[in-house]
Amino acid sequence: MNRIIVQLLKKEFILELRRKSVIAGLGLYLFSLIFICYLTFNLKQNSISPATWSALFWLTILFSVVNSVAKSFIGEKKGVFIYLYTIASPQQIILSKILYNTLLCWLISLTGYLLFSIFIFNPVQDQLTFFMVLLLVSIGFSTSLSLISGIAAKANNSNVLMAVLSFPVVISILLMAVRATKNALDGLELSSSSDELLNLVAINCISGALGYILFPYIWRS
Amino acid sequence: MKTWLKIVAVVLLVYVHTAGLLMDVPRLNILNETVRALYFHVPMWFSMVLLYMMSVYYAIRYLRNPLTDFDTYSVTYAHVGTAFGVLGMITGMLWANYTWGSPWHGDPKQNGAAIALLVYLAYFVLRGSLENEEQRARLGAVYNIFAFAAMIPLIFIIPRLTSSMHPGSGGNPGFNAYDLDSRMRLVFYPAVIAWFLIGLWIVNIRVRIKKMEEKSIQ
Repeated sequence: MNRIIVQLLKKEFILELRRKSVIAGLGLYLFSLIFICYLTFNLKQNSISPATWSALFWLTILFSVVNSVAKSFIGEKKGVFIYLYTIASPQQIILSKILYNTLLCWLISLTGYLLFSIFIFNPVQDQLTFFMVLLLVSIGFSTSLSLISGIAAKANNSNVLMAVLSFPVVISILLMAVRATKNALDGLELSSSSDELLNLVAINCISGALGYILFPYIWRS
Repeated sequence: MKTWLKIVAVVLLVYVHTAGLLMDVPRLNILNETVRALYFHVPMWFSMVLLYMMSVYYAIRYLRNPLTDFDTYSVTYAHVGTAFGVLGMITGMLWANYTWGSPWHGDPKQNGAAIALLVYLAYFVLRGSLENEEQRARLGAVYNIFAFAAMIPLIFIIPRLTSSMHPGSGGNPGFNAYDLDSRMRLVFYPAVIAWFLIGLWIVNIRVRIKKMEEKSIQ
């Protein structure tokens, strides 16, 4: 079972590297969003408060992540589905997708963080907490959005549906993230945001388990 | 649905409305007479959560055994639950207008409830955009379970983590204060039961209408 998951992950990476335009498009999307933030707020150094910074940061990450995870099932050719159906169980497929999307989300959020510190500024005082938040949020986004992408792919206007279905679900993750980010921005210790981090872990466990259990029912058609 | 349950629901509601408006209530700071909202506002949320639970129950049953009936029940419970949620929102806004000074105060509980309703509206949008009936039922059931799991932290966990002006949290008088006054419980619990029964009744009627429509199409 593990071998198949590794194989599927490998396939995702190879495909991603083969279609460089897609990953370049995602990078450009992220860059444009951050550049728009930079231009519209007419930012000089430190001219926005850390709270605004965190709101802008999470909005940017949310939009780019939703767009990138959406394509994990939307837009795939029918033949690919049928081929995957014959070689792997649905659990293996969703696990590989979740793993791959976690890495992708983490990469996006790290890149976003880098670009934010270059173009806007970097108010984060406690790096360790912030990186943990980024990792946990990436896991949360990929577990919940992978399943929703699978649902949305079956409908007609899947891109609109993806947004409608996913935003309410990821709000609880985002709220926790914003709260923990505030602690990290203020430079509080890791222990002060342990509640939020544990909550994020719990939400991740719930959505991961739900994805694992429910995905076979989506996959079957 | 058994007839005696319907009678019980109506009798209880008549009792709740008369006793809720006429009986003595404890004098609490700020709340004063608006404490009576407990009889009319809180039962809406209780029934909403119970109805959503029924909806999830039927969604799970549908996934285990795909019968159209289960799907009909699941979606009807979600419809009626959402109606109760909207009523809870409106009664809460009425109350907030008198106590907090404005109908929408950005309170964590209010926001959480609004998002929870959005989740279920998304569920209806999803059902609307799928044309194949079997697929609609299956994906709807999957999203229903997912939505319920997403709703739990929004309504029950996150508002409790932050300070809120809503009675019952952040040191404001709420359920704990009523513990001292068991007279309010005498009205409150019957109200919850009565509204839940009314919800079941509406579901029952709607399911019957749907089945008749299906038959007339055939």
